[in-house]
Amino acid sequence: MANSRDRNTGGRSLEPVAGNGLIDRRALLGRGMVLAGAVGAGIGPSSAAAGAEPLADDPWSLEIGEPTPLYQVPSKFEAKVVRTLSNPNNEPRNSHSRTPHHLLEGTTTPNGLHFTINHGGVPNIDPDQHRLVIHGLVKRPLEFTLETLSRYPMISRMAFVECGGNSAPMFSPEPMQENVQAIHGLISCAEWTGVKLSTLLEETGIDPKAKWFIAEGADSPHLSRSVPMKKALDDAMIALYQNGERIMPGNGYPMRLLLPGYEGNMNVKFLRRIKLVDQPAMSFYEARTYSPILPNGKAYRFYFLQEVKSFITSPSHGLSLKGPGLYEISGIAYSGTGRIEKVMVSADGGQSWAQAALQEPVLSKAFTRFRMPWRWNGGPATLQSRAWDEGGNVQPTRAEFVAARGELAKPAPVLAFPNQHYNSITSWGVGSNGEVKHVYA
Amino acid sequence: MFTPKRAAFAASLLLAMIAGASSAETPNFGKPIDEAAIANWDISILPDGTGLPKGSGTPAQGAPIYAEKCSACHGDNGKGGIANALVSDRKIDGISASQKSIKNFIGDATTVFDFIRRAMPFQAPHSLTDDEVYALTAYILAENRLIGGNDVMDAQTLPKVKMPNRDNFIIRFPDRI
Repeated sequence: MANSRDRNTGGRSLEPVAGNGLIDRRALLGRGMVLAGAVGAGIGPSSAAAGAEPLADDPWSLEIGEPTPLYQVPSKFEAKVVRTLSNPNNEPRNSHSRTPHHLLEGTTTPNGLHFTINHGGVPNIDPDQHRLVIHGLVKRPLEFTLETLSRYPMISRMAFVECGGNSAPMFSPEPMQENVQAIHGLISCAEWTGVKLSTLLEETGIDPKAKWFIAEGADSPHLSRSVPMKKALDDAMIALYQNGERIMPGNGYPMRLLLPGYEGNMNVKFLRRIKLVDQPAMSFYEARTYSPILPNGKAYRFYFLQEVKSFITSPSHGLSLKGPGLYEISGIAYSGTGRIEKVMVSADGGQSWAQAALQEPVLSKAFTRFRMPWRWNGGPATLQSRAWDEGGNVQPTRAEFVAARGELAKPAPVLAFPNQHYNSITSWGVGSNGEVKHVYA
Repeated sequence: MFTPKRAAFAASLLLAMIAGASSAETPNFGKPIDEAAIANWDISILPDGTGLPKGSGTPAQGAPIYAEKCSACHGDNGKGGIANALVSDRKIDGISASQKSIKNFIGDATTVFDFIRRAMPFQAPHSLTDDEVYALTAYILAENRLIGGNDVMDAQTLPKVKMPNRDNFIIRFPDRI
């Protein structure tokens, strides 16, 4: 077999490692050498350069550019890289904005593109007037301002925040013809900086009767959730910064609760009050919305965890391939349990699988970018990814998921949340014409 | 991941905090505040009734308040409008959340009081008096035939209302509580 390997790849094989054109992930590590090899092997662009246009200066190379803005925003040519809005006119109901994962790379969601869900508009909070109170089953109730919190020891960590209703369109009994933004856009990942809740609880003291804490926001619904004290003493944080700058208004300015790996709604934004209690409050969102109905008529309560999941962002629904040849399959994997252990990719609808390369660093409860080289032969293909986490949890196939959690009798509107906590494999079907569509496989 | 090592650490941290000793040096910038000063913010109601305020209300007192402040979104008599129905005899069949109602899903009557007081009316949240919240809660529960038409809702009676779906929940990850 060694003779069949391309010598230019230093022994890293361009041979398929799974069906329908998947190539050994280690080929990625060769980078330029692989591409050189690819050209040599005749699968890249032709090296024939006859008839190429001579290069001339473009207009922007012949004049002085624009002035430098105080706060820079993306190029006007990137105007399509925006969130989608469920309620652009701020009608009296909740508002969602979804992250365009199909147009992004890496593992950090830019602050302007971080998903949001707000239940009564985005409050306009004066940070100098904002207060955080910690009370209830504590020894000393205390009040903190943004200024005083800023003097505490801080930590920074990457963490995804995912709505418990993300991916809910996949409860539909047929694949909704929607892109990754519509299906999986209610998750984002950022670096959060703030003060650990346990640090503040050292000052208030904890009454041993405290088993839960209630977190409440300063927004108009006074959004409220109950969280076990276990999480308070583990990795709960009062976040003050998002990707290095103050938290965006829609993400909870000036401070939010961050509960790494737990459903987004529990990460209470505009945080103004924490009350230690001996029982959960059974607030609206825990009693109703985030208690998903099961096929047997019962319902889960206190789901909390965002379980292991992955999806391919490129190629994905709505993007189209520009002809046969070499492509890189790229996607996101994450788990509320911890680190991603491995991601397998299939190009033949799950008949065969190959291990994807994981971009370092692989961080706990944060996005892990996976990549897989793929040579499209121009025929039908079904692309899938499947993730494992360090806790031994594996992302279910759709059939496994539906067997345990059920599916809808008929499709629901794409913006609806017909059920919660969906995490099965996503499949993108590639047609012979290069079109990519959402399929079930 | 919640490892035994981390659990042991959390337990020791908890013990240190319960002991009241600020073992690690913290900045101590928290300003002491007494519960009386927090009272207007302290609107959490627990299922056993902890936190319920003084006051009371009946379905008859709630009906006109509902018509004035709630029906524009939730429809006449709670039958639903641009916002969810609050009164329904619908049974759950299948997994769609759109079927959930107060009667067929909510496990604790205190949840109804808590949510009305903190979040409603949508355009004027936390504007109702405690008596109005009791009256609206009584009206909605009575329209759903979960209490009698003349029952008074107050801090003693509300937590005792038997909600039909109360025992129909499964805790998803008990080890995380």
